[in-house]
Amino acid sequence: MNGGLLTALIFLPLIGALFILMQSEERAIWNSAFIFSLLPLALSFYVLAQFNPHVAEYQLAEQYDWIPAFGITYHIGIDGISLFLVLLTTILITLSLLYSGGGDIEKRPREFCFFMLVLETGLLGALLSVDLFLFYIFWEVMLIPMYFLIGIWGHGRKIYAAVKFVLFTMVGSLLMLVAILYLVHQAHVHFNRTSFDLPLLYQVPLTVTESRWLFAAFALAFAIKVPMWPVHTWLPDAHTNAPTAGSVILAGVMLKMGTYGFLRFAIPLFPTVAVEAIPLFMALAIIGIIYGALVAMVQPDLKRLIAYSSVSHLGFVMLGIFALNPEGIDGAIYQMLNHGVSTGGLFLLVGMLYMRRHTREISEFGGLWKRVPVYAAIFMVVMLSSIGLPGLNGFVGEFLIMLGAFLRIRLAAVFAVLGVILGALYMLWTYERVMFGPITRAVNETIRDLTGREIAVMVPVIALMLLMGLFPRPLISRIEPSVTAMLARVNVAQARLEHERQPNRLAALLPARHTPNREPEMAAAAR
Amino acid sequence: MSPFNLAAINFVWLPILPLVVITVAAMVVLLAGVRVDDGESEGLGLLTLASLAVAFVFTLGILGQYGVAFAGAISIDSFSAFFDLVILIAAMFTVMMSLDYAAENRIPGAEYYSLLLFSVLGMMLMAAAGDLIVIFLGLETMSITVYVLAGIMRRNAKSNEAAIKYFLLGAFSTGFLLYGIALVYGATGTIKLGPIHDALASGAMGSNPLLLLGIGMMLIGFGFKVAAVPFHMWAPDVYEGAPTPVTAFMAVGVKLAAFAAFIRVFMVGFVSVGAQWQTVLWVVAALTMTGGNLIAVVQTNIKRMLAYSAIAHAGYLLLGMAAGVRSGPAILYYLLGYAFTNLGAFSVVIALERRGEVGNQISDFRGLAARQPLLAGAMAIFLLSLAGVPPLAGFVGKFYIFSEALHQGYVGLVIIAVLNSVISAYYYFYVLVAMYMQEGGVEVERLSARPALVAAIGLAALATILIGVYPQPYIASAANAFYSASGAAGVRSAALEP
Repeated sequence: MNGGLLTALIFLPLIGALFILMQSEERAIWNSAFIFSLLPLALSFYVLAQFNPHVAEYQLAEQYDWIPAFGITYHIGIDGISLFLVLLTTILITLSLLYSGGGDIEKRPREFCFFMLVLETGLLGALLSVDLFLFYIFWEVMLIPMYFLIGIWGHGRKIYAAVKFVLFTMVGSLLMLVAILYLVHQAHVHFNRTSFDLPLLYQVPLTVTESRWLFAAFALAFAIKVPMWPVHTWLPDAHTNAPTAGSVILAGVMLKMGTYGFLRFAIPLFPTVAVEAIPLFMALAIIGIIYGALVAMVQPDLKRLIAYSSVSHLGFVMLGIFALNPEGIDGAIYQMLNHGVSTGGLFLLVGMLYMRRHTREISEFGGLWKRVPVYAAIFMVVMLSSIGLPGLNGFVGEFLIMLGAFLRIRLAAVFAVLGVILGALYMLWTYERVMFGPITRAVNETIRDLTGREIAVMVPVIALMLLMGLFPRPLISRIEPSVTAMLARVNVAQARLEHERQPNRLAALLPARHTPNREPEMAAAAR
Repeated sequence: MSPFNLAAINFVWLPILPLVVITVAAMVVLLAGVRVDDGESEGLGLLTLASLAVAFVFTLGILGQYGVAFAGAISIDSFSAFFDLVILIAAMFTVMMSLDYAAENRIPGAEYYSLLLFSVLGMMLMAAAGDLIVIFLGLETMSITVYVLAGIMRRNAKSNEAAIKYFLLGAFSTGFLLYGIALVYGATGTIKLGPIHDALASGAMGSNPLLLLGIGMMLIGFGFKVAAVPFHMWAPDVYEGAPTPVTAFMAVGVKLAAFAAFIRVFMVGFVSVGAQWQTVLWVVAALTMTGGNLIAVVQTNIKRMLAYSAIAHAGYLLLGMAAGVRSGPAILYYLLGYAFTNLGAFSVVIALERRGEVGNQISDFRGLAARQPLLAGAMAIFLLSLAGVPPLAGFVGKFYIFSEALHQGYVGLVIIAVLNSVISAYYYFYVLVAMYMQEGGVEVERLSARPALVAAIGLAALATILIGVYPQPYIASAANAFYSASGAAGVRSAALEP
């Protein structure tokens, strides 16, 4: 019996958050927050053990009536797409709390831990919701704690960054709410039943115009969260000014909510439009990859550099998703996890540096390698993972994504490779400027190496990188069935599109083109 | 039927027992207060609170009963009971906010509390009105007392300004309403809502110029009372100048009563000529939301900000009315959540306020979270609910209205409304910024010595969460209330079945 397992997973952090509100002693606050993040962590591993890797559908599902007047149920479940993102969330929250207790958060620890744990509830809830209303609630709930995390414990223009973050996200999510309501209305029209349940909504018949608009609303909300170029402008501000733990969760988990939204909602709800939109989204993804990498290269601020590298990496994820084949999507999900681990690790490392020097300017450093060998070694591994060195986690995801993109549009893979090269370039160059060369600042002579707590934070990160780099199979095998099931819907839509296109003039003129997905590729070849 | 007919007494007086209680209490408070010093009005306040509670219990007692009294002038149904209960709650909260405030600002207690009770009487009359004359009587009883309440701090220039402004514009709008009533009477030959509905339902009168002019005039009259753009000019100045508990009472009680009458007249009486006024309301709703939200962004005074926010919320409610009868229950539910949220927000404003105006600037909220975490937490809940962040009452209300409007095909208006929500998030979050992310501000004094105010804040916060997280019973009673009003006026069209 697994009744209530996922519910416990979602709401344990919230209970912890309320418990922490009653604490007043600082040490007790950090300890209880850490313990309350360990409980869902343990629970999420138990969920992993319970997870049946051969089942594509939702597992450990729970469904109860919540607001019968609106046809809203409390329906949660877990499948291959969400499973590892849940684990990533519980792991990163625990590591962030462990790290933040070490002196990074100088004021109001009680509220900090409260917001971190509420954030965890929001993130887990959004990942596990099967009811669209429930998803929307959690989707919005996670916004508020992050707003406070940036605004209270951030640096620099923290208020500007926090407000910008909220407003950007809200524009997208409220338009998505309208789309959700419209979709549910159509479900009512066709099935005479008001319901926000995802499996039912998958079946709503929509006209082409309707599904295009609805897809646009969903896609905008998720694209802002990812963030895709050109709606990425909130991200550098939010990342740069957030406290370290905020950046870790923002980059590590929250951005994945956008890509997860595409996989869970936008694409399976409107597969026909998704197939139509492949060229557009692949183009935006490639622009994001190249643009993010180029802008990252010229950043003088370490954190801003990593923020732009996130735009580039998330571009890879979007490229994989919109390849709309098993390789691309498996790779995209894998890359989501990789980015969570490696960018989370990078932000933690930059945070440690900032705690010591209170600056993140690259020009302030140089030659650190001699003074902080442990730090430099760990930074090296994390950076190589971010670049995608074979043997570490980043490689597996990037490889699968490029394979998927290649099978869809060859030219896209060419540009993606360019992105990988640029990624290696800016990361290695940054490492060189920070770690090698002579020590140019006197303060850097006395900088101290990592503390025990900091090493304890980084060891699981490194372990995950090696594990995921060397043994991807156990993960992929659990991800795959759900992805295949989702793609089945896409393939049906694609076949229908193909069928509809048969009689049109273009097809008649060019009989050699058998499948629509080869069209752009041939066009590219013709260029 | 004479009210003195013995057989009729039970029937006539029982349903209006709550109104009788309020009337008697108002007079008792006025008389008892003759010998009470201005600075020692707590006793009168408690007496008022007790009588409101008695009226509340009586209203609960007749809940579910259905009757028409005074030859159809009063309709007692779930609709009136729903509004009466919320209005009484709003009044009780207002008294809880006033206990210390009135004494500290040396507001004459006898006048203050009895006027408050009289205006509650007017509001309850409006909610239970079965014909246009009673609506007018209720509206006047409510309005005149609130004009005085707004100016009750006689030595305060802003309070005086508020009263004069409110009175002049209010009188003007009442004129419109009365003229509209006269024209509608001229067109239909009756002032009773049921017969008006029947007369219009035949369809023969759809484009009668007399009727249309009358409906237009009444729309303007109600537009003033709910502070819809472009009839909203009075609201910010009056909200700012009036004593803060009175502002809260105006923002919640007056709005509730005005919407109760507005809904009775338009969504029940004029329902069959909906095509004639729904288009107008479409435009008014869009203007009201957008105008209110845009001007709220630049406010630096919290009371003015909440005034413009109240205008914007009237816009969301008008959106519901524009979308037609199906969104009736949604409007009622929205008003319920709106009432608790706003009462809570104004209570926090009072907690920060000292001697009139100190503490009314948004900058005074700076650093509140560090000094008073619970007070700031409660304010955060109210602001997030006003901004429509789930899972609070304000979100579910918006969700309900938007959802019903979409069902009716009002996609454009709903998109305008959600974009407005983003604008509103900006200024609500600005207060959060002040409370949590900035330093400075004013000290909050002797919160522990003001148990009634603290209780008001706590109860409002709890209600805001509860109504949002578990909305089912409130949705059910809102639907029940709305459909009972349609029934009371003899409306039984197929479209109204839930």
